[in-house]
Amino acid sequence: MAETLTGWGRTAPSAATVLHPDSAADVARLLGEPSARGVLPRGLGRAYGDAAQNGGGTVLDVRGLDHFTLSDDGLLRAGGGAGFDAILRESVPRGWFLPVSPGTRYVTVGGAIAADVHGKNHHVDGALGAHVAEIVLATPLGERRLTPADELFHATTGGMGLTGVIVEATIRMKRVHSSRVVVDTDRARDLDHVLALMDGGDHAYDYSVAWIDCLARGARLGRSVLTRGRFADDGRFDYDPNVRLRVPPLVPGGLLGTATVRAFNEAWFRKAPRERRGEVQSIPQFFHPLDGVRDWNRLYGPRGFLQYQFVVPFGAEDVLRGIVESLAAHPAPGFLAVLKRFGAEGPGHLSFPMPGWTLAIDLPAATPGLGALLDGFDERVLAAGGRLYLAKDSRARPELLRAGYPRLAEWRAVRAQADPHAVLTSDLSRRLGLTADTAAARLRLVSEDAA
Amino acid sequence: MKDATGRPQRVAVIGGTSEIAQHAVRALVAAGGVRDVVLTARDPQALEAFDPGVATATLAWNADASDADNTALVADLWAGGDVDLVLVAVGVLPDQAAVEADPAGFAAVAQANFTGPAALGLRLAARLREQGHGTLAVISTVAAERARADNYIYGASKAGLDAFFTGLGDRLHGSGVDVLVIRPGFVHTRMTAGMAAAPMSVGPDVVGAAIAAAVAAGGTRTVWAPAKLRPMMAILRHLPRPLFRKLAESRS
Repeated sequence: MAETLTGWGRTAPSAATVLHPDSAADVARLLGEPSARGVLPRGLGRAYGDAAQNGGGTVLDVRGLDHFTLSDDGLLRAGGGAGFDAILRESVPRGWFLPVSPGTRYVTVGGAIAADVHGKNHHVDGALGAHVAEIVLATPLGERRLTPADELFHATTGGMGLTGVIVEATIRMKRVHSSRVVVDTDRARDLDHVLALMDGGDHAYDYSVAWIDCLARGARLGRSVLTRGRFADDGRFDYDPNVRLRVPPLVPGGLLGTATVRAFNEAWFRKAPRERRGEVQSIPQFFHPLDGVRDWNRLYGPRGFLQYQFVVPFGAEDVLRGIVESLAAHPAPGFLAVLKRFGAEGPGHLSFPMPGWTLAIDLPAATPGLGALLDGFDERVLAAGGRLYLAKDSRARPELLRAGYPRLAEWRAVRAQADPHAVLTSDLSRRLGLTADTAAARLRLVSEDAA
Repeated sequence: MKDATGRPQRVAVIGGTSEIAQHAVRALVAAGGVRDVVLTARDPQALEAFDPGVATATLAWNADASDADNTALVADLWAGGDVDLVLVAVGVLPDQAAVEADPAGFAAVAQANFTGPAALGLRLAARLREQGHGTLAVISTVAAERARADNYIYGASKAGLDAFFTGLGDRLHGSGVDVLVIRPGFVHTRMTAGMAAAPMSVGPDVVGAAIAAAVAAGGTRTVWAPAKLRPMMAILRHLPRPLFRKLAESRS
């Protein structure tokens, strides 16, 4: 029975046959009998675009592979479908935190590795892949146990599920002595100010992120609230991640208009202290603020939204500024954007983070002229030597996106060895021509046929 | 694949010489994201004058095509990968008096406006369903909602087409495939040249833009072009016969 799926942004739906394996053996069997349009694993569906969709094909909902164990020395062995939420409920009281946590805990181990997610500590600890000791990968040619010594390991971290199904992984957890975070907050009057604060001070913190008001213009362009912190040392463990708010299932479009968002951003900026030191925050408050509102993606109404995230290298601050200026000038109601200073690049072939500045902003998909606006940003980002994030992308021009990943050819070669008949595929891969550059071949085929 | 802003990458047009279709293609290409276009026409040479501005291929198709021809066309359209939008823009505006004088000609009208595109529509729908995504758009007319004395032959054939694709859209619900039924009013084109324009008449660019916007918005819907025809037709459709006749006569 076909089921219509979208990503978290609720755009570009496609229908697939969804199957629910609950063991590695199930996964192996299903990979061995693929449909004509291939197979793709899907976790909690938090990729914003079409990364976890496979129109007309098979989607393996791996949430049944949710077993995990945590050893006393902090080695997490977890099924690919185990959720970060369940893991944290178990691990935090025992003094272990995820080595890398994205902005939501509603992701699976497999999905997080496949996107090689980063968190507020990238400048210190790198992306998630750097903390993975082993991946058990189901491929169409059989099961592989991979360590960082294998090239397929690095094709899988950031490989968007296109190398196989992660049925299990071993992650080195981070020792913590509290469930609370000590946070310093600085309000920055403009973009230069926040960049200078981050350049000058990020190294002294384990976690750092700035929230930018992308609707502020003129002298206040890029005004931000910078929050940085580290885990407390107080031995208190009172982790309570329970959700208190929920968005109803039917929300009309246009609720988040420019005026509403501008007012929200203004209030949020005013509310922040100009400078505060040593505030104690909980893990959900600091790491997963949006998880407190269930189904917040519905706020964008039926047309949905997209998240635009790019990185530009250090030295390309003018490109970052230009994009923030354009966002402020365009009538696109961008909620608070997130700015982060990345550390060193990891070994994942298609891993997103590279040294530089990354900006992520949510925008309603129905915003007039949005496609062309972002196409223009893409060109500036790529010309500056930057790239776009596959886990967020839902609209980039294929050549431009691919140009940001110089190791794409290497990835394709390693991937093709693990999956020679291209069983693993996704809407994302089709749209961007990731596994093979089919776009150029298409018209030749049609023209020859016609002739 | 369509992107998050609703832009298709690969577009096929059945009846590529249609001015409305050409304007729709221009609007879609202008929005960005379209990578290639395949156009069909009775005589593909007639398409040489139209350059969408992206890679374009042409194929031959006409409404008299057999099911085998339709199957082959669908295979050709999909030869290189998924098709995100198929716009069906075929049809004829018959000389009504001529058909009344020689009713044998009615079958050709029904074939061109209804049975030909509907039969192809079944093949297109099956192929779109297989890929699990895409939009099938068809150009109908407000005359399909209520035919008049002076256009009932055209209107009846289009009413068949309209009902067919409207029902097909519901049939495809949940398959990932959207069906758009476009109902323009009076459009100034080659087809209507020399006719007295009806109220709310527009150029083909307006209808083309409406099609592009509806494709971007997604969903299975009926689209009136211009949009204000919708409330007007809601009233006209239910007018008592004598009143409707009088209104229609006053125009001609």
